[in-house]
Amino acid sequence: MITKRIIPCLDVKDGRVVKGVNFQGLHDVSSPVSLGKYYSDNGADELVFYDITASSEKRALFTDILKEVASTIFIPLTVGGGINTLDDFDRVLKCGADKVSVNSGAIKNPDLIYQAAKRYGDQCVVLSVDAKRVDGVFRVFAKGGRENTGMDAIEWIKRGVDNGAGEIVLNSIDTDGVKGGFDLEMLKAVCDVVSVPVIASGGAGNIEHFVKLFKTLPKVDAGLAASIFHFGEVKIKDLKQNLQENGIPVRL
Amino acid sequence: MVAIVDYGVGNLFSLVSSFKAIGVDAVATCDKAVIESADKIVLPGVGAFGDAVEKLVSSGLKDVVIEQAKKGKPLLGICLGMQMLFDVSLEYGEYKGLGLIKGQVRPISEVIPKDYKIPHIGWNALKFTKDCPLFKYVEEGEHVYFVHSYYGACCKDVVATAEYGANLTASVAKDNVYGCQFHPEKSGETGLKILKAFCEL
Repeated sequence: MITKRIIPCLDVKDGRVVKGVNFQGLHDVSSPVSLGKYYSDNGADELVFYDITASSEKRALFTDILKEVASTIFIPLTVGGGINTLDDFDRVLKCGADKVSVNSGAIKNPDLIYQAAKRYGDQCVVLSVDAKRVDGVFRVFAKGGRENTGMDAIEWIKRGVDNGAGEIVLNSIDTDGVKGGFDLEMLKAVCDVVSVPVIASGGAGNIEHFVKLFKTLPKVDAGLAASIFHFGEVKIKDLKQNLQENGIPVRL
Repeated sequence: MVAIVDYGVGNLFSLVSSFKAIGVDAVATCDKAVIESADKIVLPGVGAFGDAVEKLVSSGLKDVVIEQAKKGKPLLGICLGMQMLFDVSLEYGEYKGLGLIKGQVRPISEVIPKDYKIPHIGWNALKFTKDCPLFKYVEEGEHVYFVHSYYGACCKDVVATAEYGANLTASVAKDNVYGCQFHPEKSGETGLKILKAFCEL
């Protein structure tokens, strides 16, 4: 039986992990390489690296680091941030990424999903969507959640899957950062219309939230989180142990 | 030395790195002489079967791989590389494989329940069906990472399966020819133990 995946997400800016990492016993907590290795050794099923570096000059630094991560960690790696063209896909795949996550780049140019899926296969293309309720409708937001595109999130996701997106990361802006649990209503609306894996993001505050996620929505394949793992509030091993005790299949 | 056959399909970075991690000298190569002089051969692969076989043929490496395997050199096909070891694939048409493993590559949709997602993607547990030296360091039930929509069917040389609404072929072995549907280079410690066992053949 396929297991539910637990995925820590690392935001990397100018080659360093940002968003207040607080780890005991880890030598260099801001190093994507040592933090990635820590997670890999401690039960993460996959890693997501988001490059939030603004300038393209400094982006080369990220690909160097990615290479180093990919040569030390032997679990799947997804890379996102600043992916606008097929050349961007090429750049990160050559450094050892297994999947590439597109967000604003696909909003600007929806054909990017189709082109990338055709060249690298559906399994390589992850569509990441930041969505928020506006007057009772789920809308797609761009630019890190700052700009309402006006697009209907469910329609956008359906279209992305039709164009070849092999996985969906759904980040609810409404629950993100609140630590009150995942956005089950929004996730259900997405799971009801797509047949590809759905990764839940935004809102995890404790172990119970993951248990509730997978129990309420068995069609959700993975849970993604950043700060609760970075701050050690939730240890992945404890989380997985707990999921298993609740009858949810995990890799221990 | 392990020769990883580089016929222009996919990215071999992680594969080369994983051999390095277990202290084995490995090189991605399209040079016949290097493949001939290697102790072991790995046939990787991603994408569609037809394309990949065509590239293997046009790179002139198909015959070298078959010849070396027939001479008894250990060969490991990974993911699509495993599927290419089979006689034939029914992915988008009908394509001939290397014919080193008897069987057919067929869509998993034929055997899994309708409500299961395709591709079969993620970590799944290994179930052994026969003894195989590839798994000498691995316990039954350890998890490995899969990404595929087709599987090895009608095959008597299956040595491990993974349960996904049906028992899907996870690994095959016949004499010196081995195949893994999953990605050992993406399967953490378990994957590295499998590669180590292959290197010790």
